[in-house]
Amino acid sequence: MRRYEVAVVLAPTLTEEEVDQSIETFQKIAEEKQAQVADVDNWGKRKLAYPINKYTEGIYVILTLEEPAAESVAELERRFKVMESVIRFLTIRVDLDLKRAEKFKSRRQSKKRSPTSTGETDKIQTKSVAVED
Amino acid sequence: MVRRRRYCKFCSDKVDYIDYKDVRTLTPYVPEGSKMTPRRLSGVCSSHQRKLSRAIKRARHLALLSYIPD
Repeated sequence: MRRYEVAVVLAPTLTEEEVDQSIETFQKIAEEKQAQVADVDNWGKRKLAYPINKYTEGIYVILTLEEPAAESVAELERRFKVMESVIRFLTIRVDLDLKRAEKFKSRRQSKKRSPTSTGETDKIQTKSVAVED
Repeated sequence: MVRRRRYCKFCSDKVDYIDYKDVRTLTPYVPEGSKMTPRRLSGVCSSHQRKLSRAIKRARHLALLSYIPD
């Protein structure tokens, strides 16, 4: 299963209802293409770091999708390009990075458990040897 | 930014994934919205610098960070 994070910046001129509506349409598009919407995060209005299309504010929405292929993401991006209310979007695939992060974490924990304890005793031994010399 | 002892903050905090949405962790590495701080000044290790730079570029695209100095 691939996991995607789709971030969308909507025009600040939309009302809250319109924002909810467009989020619903995004979900519908994704579900039509066999993707599961794992999470929807609506940040609300936020100041943009630089103006886009003469807007100084944007409404940030982040969707997390789970799907076997990239079909829904491709469809969503195609629709975003057409929609005028979408001023920016960014899709990233996160499952690989998260998996790697998990790997690092587990490696760290296994390291903590076994080799360090033996490593410490090694150190003590070498120290005592040095004193004897 | 002058520091005596430099170390990778992300390594000591055991960060495995740098999220572009978390602007607060990114801002110290793009002073006043200008260029990214080079590794030799910030002390970030190479693997974290790569993750950091990717996160910063993503954040810039979404206008969470600026491309030009304020």
